[in-house]
Amino acid sequence: MATPTLDKADAAGTPEPGFADSPYITVTLRVRRFNPEVAAEATWQDFQLEMDPKERVLDALHKIKWDVDGSLTFRRSCAHGICGSDAMRINGKNRLACKTLIKDINPEKPITVEPIKGLTVLKDLVVDMEPFFQAYRDVMPFLITKDTNEPTRERLQSAEDRERFDDTTKCILCAACTSSCPVFWNDGQYFGPAAIVNAHRFIFDSRDEAGEQRLEILNDKDGVWRCRTTFNCTDACPRGIEVTKAIQEVKRALITRRL
Amino acid sequence: MSTETTATGIGPVEGSGAHEGSYGVDNPAPFIEPPRKRTKKTPRSTRGNFEMYGWLFMRLSGIVLVVLVLGHLLIQLVLDGGVSKVGFAFVAGRWASPWWQVWDLAMLWLAMLHGANGLRTIINDYAESVKSRLWLKGLLYTATVWTIVLGTLVIFTFDPNIR
Ligand code: HEM
Ligand code: SF4
Ligand code: FES
Repeated sequence: MATPTLDKADAAGTPEPGFADSPYITVTLRVRRFNPEVAAEATWQDFQLEMDPKERVLDALHKIKWDVDGSLTFRRSCAHGICGSDAMRINGKNRLACKTLIKDINPEKPITVEPIKGLTVLKDLVVDMEPFFQAYRDVMPFLITKDTNEPTRERLQSAEDRERFDDTTKCILCAACTSSCPVFWNDGQYFGPAAIVNAHRFIFDSRDEAGEQRLEILNDKDGVWRCRTTFNCTDACPRGIEVTKAIQEVKRALITRRL
Repeated sequence: MSTETTATGIGPVEGSGAHEGSYGVDNPAPFIEPPRKRTKKTPRSTRGNFEMYGWLFMRLSGIVLVVLVLGHLLIQLVLDGGVSKVGFAFVAGRWASPWWQVWDLAMLWLAMLHGANGLRTIINDYAESVKSRLWLKGLLYTATVWTIVLGTLVIFTFDPNIR
């Protein structure tokens, strides 16, 4: 979004720090901790941190891990919204910790940080992503052509054909969408939005020739028809992908091709 | 840099009373099986386009039900003096006409199948064990078939001269 400035932070109601010219404020990070080697139950733990409100939730987690409690466990790699490692539930909403500025989520109240829902928590904020990636693998997320010969020239595509699936190429597989879906929470056999987004990426690619197979896979009883158009996925996606629309386009393609 | 950092407020997660303190490296808490992991035993679907037709049916029957149900409510509860007019004679008068017979029959079938399919969806979502799924669906289908058969029977065999 817009470049954050101090003026804006003040305008957003950030309280003046105790001493002049320091941007730091005290924020409380309420982290849901779980360590299966210590206790069977998860617990909430509060951390008081001096943070610049323009810093991100990931910076706060770093501060905890590096300065306070090295046992805090979470995934992150790029720290810049590209790798999709650090999706978590921040103040009850799925977001990337590395793209969430503290000033944007009301630092006056404790900021809750939990693992994403619907997947088994392994430790603290780390969940078992295997069911998520299994659904991803199931839709064959790679180019398939019937021509088995080695290609001798580039597979060309018009700008309009490329535009058709542009939105769904942006996915970084963070699982924010799938783990925000109530159907997935209730019964994780559902393929989930992310798998459908990545099937859409190839179904509507003019160079790909396995669209029919992918549609058949998603015609499964745990496929697209379990979607109830809740729009949680679209709200959750840190890449701004119109996830629900992509799912709807897959449904429409199935109906028009089958009837 | 001002980094005054403290860790306080450790407490149990909402709802969890007892706290196991005895776990350690040598006595780890029990491994939690991923609840919905796809395994070899996960049944593969062989149902063809059934779910697609179900999805389409919900939308198509919904459109027709808007007309049927709202029209029904208007006639029964609003027009001509409202609900107080509804009695045996009123029903007998309406079912004398094939138009209202067909109207009510269509409403019965569509609402029952629509509602049953909707509840089937909800059972698929919420019932966790195979057994409870089986029982709930059995109950649902029995009730649905029973209501449809009984309703259809009444619409076609209704006798206005019954004593
Ligand atoms: C008045 C016109 C109606 C319309 C337009 C309508 C439309 C719909 C649609 C489109 C769905 C599918 C929702 C989804 O898959 O996300 C649905 C679900 C459902 N409908 Fe209806 N419906 C109507 C009347 C009824 C009636 C009369 C009943 C009860 C007999 C009923 C019971 C249900 C149930 C139980 C569900 C499942 C709810 C769920 O999926 O969460 N509906 N309806
Ligand atoms: S569609 Fe968006 S929310 Fe879902 S996995 Fe991809 S990037 Fe994440
Ligand atoms: S750390 Fe890579 S997306 Fe946030």
